[in-house]
Amino acid sequence: MFRKISLKLILVVSITVIAIIGVYSYFNIKSQSDVLLSEVERHAYQLSETVKNSTRYEMLLNQQEHIDAIINTIGQDPSISGVRVLNKEGVIIYSARKNEIGKMLDKHTESCYACHAENKPLERLPSKDRTRIFRTNPDSSRILGIINPIYNERTCYESDCHVHSRNAKILGVLDVSISLKEVDEQMRYNEIRELFFTIISISVIACIIGFFVRRWVDKPVKELVKATNQVSTGILNYQIKELGEDELGVLGKSFNNMTKKLDETSQQLYQSTKMASLGQLAAGVAHEINNPLTGVLTYSSFLLKRTKDNPEMQEDLNVIVRETMRCREIVKGLLDFARQSTPKKSLIDINEIITRAIAVVNNQMKLNKINLVKEYDTTLPKITADANQIEQVFINLFINGIDAIGQDGGTLIIKSSRITLSPKGITQIKNAVCAKNHSLMDTNHKIGGIPSVKVKVKSNSNEGFINIDPIYGNHRNYFGISLGNISQINLTCPTCDLSLIDKSNKCPECSGPVYKIPIANQGFIEGCASFKDNWQRWEVIDLAGESKFVKIDVTDSGCGIPSENLNKIFEPFFSTKGQKGTGLGLSVIWGIIDNHNGTISVQSEIGKGTSFSIRLPINEMIKHI
Amino acid sequence: MKDHKNILIVDDEEVVVKSVIKIASLEGFSIEGVNDVFTAFQKIEETDFDLIISDIMMPKIDGFKFLAELEAKRISTPLIMTTGYTTIENAVQSLYHGAIDFIPKPFTLDEMTSVLHRGIRYGTLIKAYNSGSTILVPCPAKYFRLGYSSWMNKEPDGSVLIGATDLFIKTLGQVKNVDMHFPNGILIQASPAIKIEAEDGLVHQLISPLSGTIIDRNEKLIDDPVLLEKDPYFDGWIYRIIPTEFDYEMKLLIPCSSDRS
Repeated sequence: MFRKISLKLILVVSITVIAIIGVYSYFNIKSQSDVLLSEVERHAYQLSETVKNSTRYEMLLNQQEHIDAIINTIGQDPSISGVRVLNKEGVIIYSARKNEIGKMLDKHTESCYACHAENKPLERLPSKDRTRIFRTNPDSSRILGIINPIYNERTCYESDCHVHSRNAKILGVLDVSISLKEVDEQMRYNEIRELFFTIISISVIACIIGFFVRRWVDKPVKELVKATNQVSTGILNYQIKELGEDELGVLGKSFNNMTKKLDETSQQLYQSTKMASLGQLAAGVAHEINNPLTGVLTYSSFLLKRTKDNPEMQEDLNVIVRETMRCREIVKGLLDFARQSTPKKSLIDINEIITRAIAVVNNQMKLNKINLVKEYDTTLPKITADANQIEQVFINLFINGIDAIGQDGGTLIIKSSRITLSPKGITQIKNAVCAKNHSLMDTNHKIGGIPSVKVKVKSNSNEGFINIDPIYGNHRNYFGISLGNISQINLTCPTCDLSLIDKSNKCPECSGPVYKIPIANQGFIEGCASFKDNWQRWEVIDLAGESKFVKIDVTDSGCGIPSENLNKIFEPFFSTKGQKGTGLGLSVIWGIIDNHNGTISVQSEIGKGTSFSIRLPINEMIKHI
Repeated sequence: MKDHKNILIVDDEEVVVKSVIKIASLEGFSIEGVNDVFTAFQKIEETDFDLIISDIMMPKIDGFKFLAELEAKRISTPLIMTTGYTTIENAVQSLYHGAIDFIPKPFTLDEMTSVLHRGIRYGTLIKAYNSGSTILVPCPAKYFRLGYSSWMNKEPDGSVLIGATDLFIKTLGQVKNVDMHFPNGILIQASPAIKIEAEDGLVHQLISPLSGTIIDRNEKLIDDPVLLEKDPYFDGWIYRIIPTEFDYEMKLLIPCSSDRS
């Protein structure tokens, strides 16, 4: 029944409201009725005093008819249910109800009990105890009775009638009873009103809770349920739209993150399964093809031996042998691909690797009428790298180039060269942190395709963020706020607000403040914190000196990459080709090059083509023995 | 000793059997071909073979089982493995389990010819050695060898010297010429490391015992290839390499100390 959170909440809140209003009403009604009763009491007392006083004179004169008349008249009042005077013995001597007169009341009736509860009657009774509330029968309304003792006074026993002796203390009792019908009605009305109020409150609270639960819980939960259903049907990259900042919003974000990761992983899995089955296929094909190739190779060589005196035939047979040998190499390449063993770095000749990679895609290039231009620097030294992995990098870059060029033909230029670079402009800041070790790397804002360094900036009264170019010596910084003409600037960690300003230093160019950001295991990078000039210093890197690289440029005359995609192409599974992709994405290429401590960058112009530049470090010495 | 050499080729692929038959016949060997191990054993019971060539990947009983079975039956006929699914693992495993040589498919006529001659000579040499009519210099005790052909020895500086065993050189006949890789070249375990031309014109390939980068080669061999015959374990070393997968590949090598038991 109460399966829904909203209903559960409403139930709990209703119980609470009922409890609170119940207790409140109880005390409220009680105090109201107390007030009302005491009011009635007071009224009754006054009335009884009035009766007593107004009959006093008649009493003294012992004019019984007059007293009778007064009592009768007063008893006519509808709110007064009875007025009677009892003598000392308990006999009703006057009453508004004629039939009562002369009756003797037992001392234990409720009118008498207050004074006669104990053996010796009380003479004085506090006015509070003189009242009593009773019902004449269970169905009638309540009645408040007040007893007013008539004390013996000098005028009484000295009166001419000599009815009362001097010794008596109490001569009789005036008993006035007032109907509480109105008071009871008032109180019942109050109770109903409280009940009504409770019901209204609960309904209103239920409505409010229902509305907001629907808005804050039901809707996001429905969205989440829908999303999980989507994921279970196989749409792994389903993303929930913003659910706000509350716990469910956080859950939604975490869900989105999960689906994103799930999608990536499944893609990776798909990719690796594809590669694995491709490998198995290649191995199977190799096995099957090698047997017939053995036949072709042996028989043609055999013929070659037998036809030594027939040069024309020799020539033809040589072609068969040569081409079969080529087949053998191709199959061997296929098997090498299938194996893809653990990275084995050795000294490799990059030109040779490129040539090998070209051999793999040569046919496709010819089909697409691609003019291949090789500009090798033949004096390149060997570099330490995994030949297979580097070959795959090139195969993939070539395939990308071929795909970009399309069917209509074009040019693919492969250029290898040797470069020497100062560390500025090539060294990447990979792990900038604050003094408390919070990472400053911002993967959401990439500059040149790589995560930038995000710092919080406070200048004058302005506050915002700056993304610093992650390449040492480059200054494609992104300013989240306008620095304008600043007098004061503070750069801090976005996570902990710890200052990144080095107060003991001044910018040697503008004498302004200097930031000093620790780089994990690589010292500090310093720079002009006001960004008025481009001064930057990274001592550890500067000391390492110039580096030598092998640079390979793969330039195609294809369709180009839109500038908005340029920053994204190295991200995992970013593809404009859909499932047409050949296995390793550019992200894997990036990973391979990064593992080799190299860099890969891209430049592209729509309609003109794309150029990938790979830099791999040359280590002159073999250091591992 | 009979002059006529008998060879058995076992391969489920008929064209391979026929090819090997052609090559062997051309060299004057008598050869029989069968398509499975079961028939092979029948043949072995009938005929005394001097050399067996077997495919690894065959239905039912594969080459490795064949090898194990031969050993169990104490048949000491030398066996050369061949396979179309050429992996280093396959090659090294077969050598480790007692095959005397490994030839990947597809092979050329010349490659097969060399391997056949080596195999036949191997059988002859072993027989002669066992009867005491010839001497085979075993590799030094601290060396390791891949199959019977190449050896390696780790030097104190961490580099590794590799060379050819006396037995391998003796299977070639007279060494005439060598064709070596240059320093910085890459060697891969069980892949050809050096081409050795014998006086009879056959070109033999010695497989490398380890993978690694060549940092030095024995230049003396170029001027004096016969050094391989004279002092195969010391002056006749071939390359000095820095191994890349030393620990893994070492497990597949046979310690030369085991030859002296």
